[in-house]
Amino acid sequence: MLKYILQRAALALAVALVVSFATFMLLNYATDPASALAGEDATPEIVEQIRQTYGFDRPVFVRYFEWLGGVARGDFGESYYWNKDVAVLVLERAPVTIALALSALMVTIVIAIPLGAIAALRPNSWADRLALTFAVSAQAIPSFWLGLMLIILLGVMLPILPISGDSSWQHFVMPAFVLGASSVPAVMRLTRTGLIEVMESDYIRTARSKGYRGFALLRRHAMRNALLPVVSVLAVQLGQKFGGSVITESVFAINGLGRLALQSILGSDIPTVQMLIFIFALIFVLMNLLADLLNAALDPRIRIT
Amino acid sequence: MTISTPADLPAASEAKTPTPRALMLRRALEHKGFIAGVVIVGTLILVALLAPWLAPHDPFAQSLPHRLLPPVWAEGGNWDYLLGTDQVGRDYLSRLIYGARVSLTIGFGAALIGMMIGVTLGVCAGYFGGWVDHSVSFLLTAQLALPGLLLAMALVFIIGPSVWVVIGIIGVLHWTYFLVVTRSATQRLRSQDFVAAARAMGATRWQILRTEILPNLSSQIIVIFTFELGISILAESSLSFLGVGIQPPTPSWGLMIAEGKQALFYRPWLVILPGVSLFLLVIGANLLGDGLRDITSPQGRN
Repeated sequence: MLKYILQRAALALAVALVVSFATFMLLNYATDPASALAGEDATPEIVEQIRQTYGFDRPVFVRYFEWLGGVARGDFGESYYWNKDVAVLVLERAPVTIALALSALMVTIVIAIPLGAIAALRPNSWADRLALTFAVSAQAIPSFWLGLMLIILLGVMLPILPISGDSSWQHFVMPAFVLGASSVPAVMRLTRTGLIEVMESDYIRTARSKGYRGFALLRRHAMRNALLPVVSVLAVQLGQKFGGSVITESVFAINGLGRLALQSILGSDIPTVQMLIFIFALIFVLMNLLADLLNAALDPRIRIT
Repeated sequence: MTISTPADLPAASEAKTPTPRALMLRRALEHKGFIAGVVIVGTLILVALLAPWLAPHDPFAQSLPHRLLPPVWAEGGNWDYLLGTDQVGRDYLSRLIYGARVSLTIGFGAALIGMMIGVTLGVCAGYFGGWVDHSVSFLLTAQLALPGLLLAMALVFIIGPSVWVVIGIIGVLHWTYFLVVTRSATQRLRSQDFVAAARAMGATRWQILRTEILPNLSSQIIVIFTFELGISILAESSLSFLGVGIQPPTPSWGLMIAEGKQALFYRPWLVILPGVSLFLLVIGANLLGDGLRDITSPQGRN
């Protein structure tokens, strides 16, 4: 088990390093941060001056290792646009996004798992077809548009929810729904296929012969095994929620990390953008690691191989 | 209860054994989702191709006296402007029609780039195995960890937004699905007899990949291409909505939603109409993909 954990952790670390290097190269080398910072109307002299002031003229490898060393010491660099420590900016904005991501995950669980279970109970019935139609439709809705439709419906036509900001829990209802809805189709399908597979297994046949039917059978016997893969996919989905917060937060004017990312991009603030991409990737990598470990803990067969 | 055999069906009564092609065609015609997908995507492709003839007005022509007209069915609607006009008086129907061009161009372009990257990596990883497979798998893990939308936003903004930049960046970031599927399919094909036969006849690796492996992957690649078409179209609309994709005055549905957002409370159709167009196109692509998967591999359902 220890060997497995170490292997997974080493892979996660390697992925995080490669991702940070690739992002750094793309943002600092494939493009010119000095002219992005100077703006479109800047003269070549001004661009050159900015390049020297911020040290963009030095080799990109040197700058990457400086950046990485800084991150390891907890120094995330200075934001040009906000004139603040990137670390301070991130810490200010993080709690809102974490709250949003977790409540979005709750929305996903509450909608997707019951829908998947209902669909799996009677495959190819009208309920199953309805749930699948719902999944296909939900995948085709752009999430920013879903957000705007909810604003019209619940914020304007029947004004029961606030439409922008993050000052109370009511402000999170619509954003959490929008962000959570995007994971519903995948989680629902997985619950459904997992359950159908389990329902055909021998031990369920035994339970059936003992007289278990319907939801009692699901709850007491089938769910535990069918939900194993769902748990790990939920961890991965939670990791993706942070990247997804960019759209949701800008639609509902929530001052979290996603909105910070958009504002920093529009302000050509490379250090903040670089750090946010790295943090989101790191969260994703950690969630994946968590999913692997959860799977190993729940299913002893994985540990042996 | 009567059991219907293929011989009972009129199509099969003429030929003794239906060819696989005929069977596939019959499955296609009986698949409602597939037919719906073909009709939706086909219609929108026609609309995009025929845009100059279909659009009643110039999609760029501004007319301040005609600004913010409602659609024809609403009070104050006007038959000259069937779906009304936007904030600067451009005909909304014409902009929606030209918007289909933008969405489809970017969708096809980006899915094509993603396909080339993903299929190349997937076939190499699946066929060669060993360290090639390990490096490609590592690349896949790294790519999946990247927050794609955020990276795309940053790159489009820094490089400078244009249709080609948006196509290139969305394409370069959307190849993982192609990779995963072609890799495992190639692994299965590699050990088949016809590949061993080709090898015994002295075919080079390149010949085997091109003439034995790739043709057998084509139906799976087409299915994924259809799904990626929808995903790329949604990605473009998100970028354009956030202001880091297609720039005004080009009519992109995502950008039109962003422009209409300011008038959301009293002119909601400015947001509703492009959103419905996007939804239709993407659901059409998804239905087409689902249908193609069922038709080409009937045993692989569920």
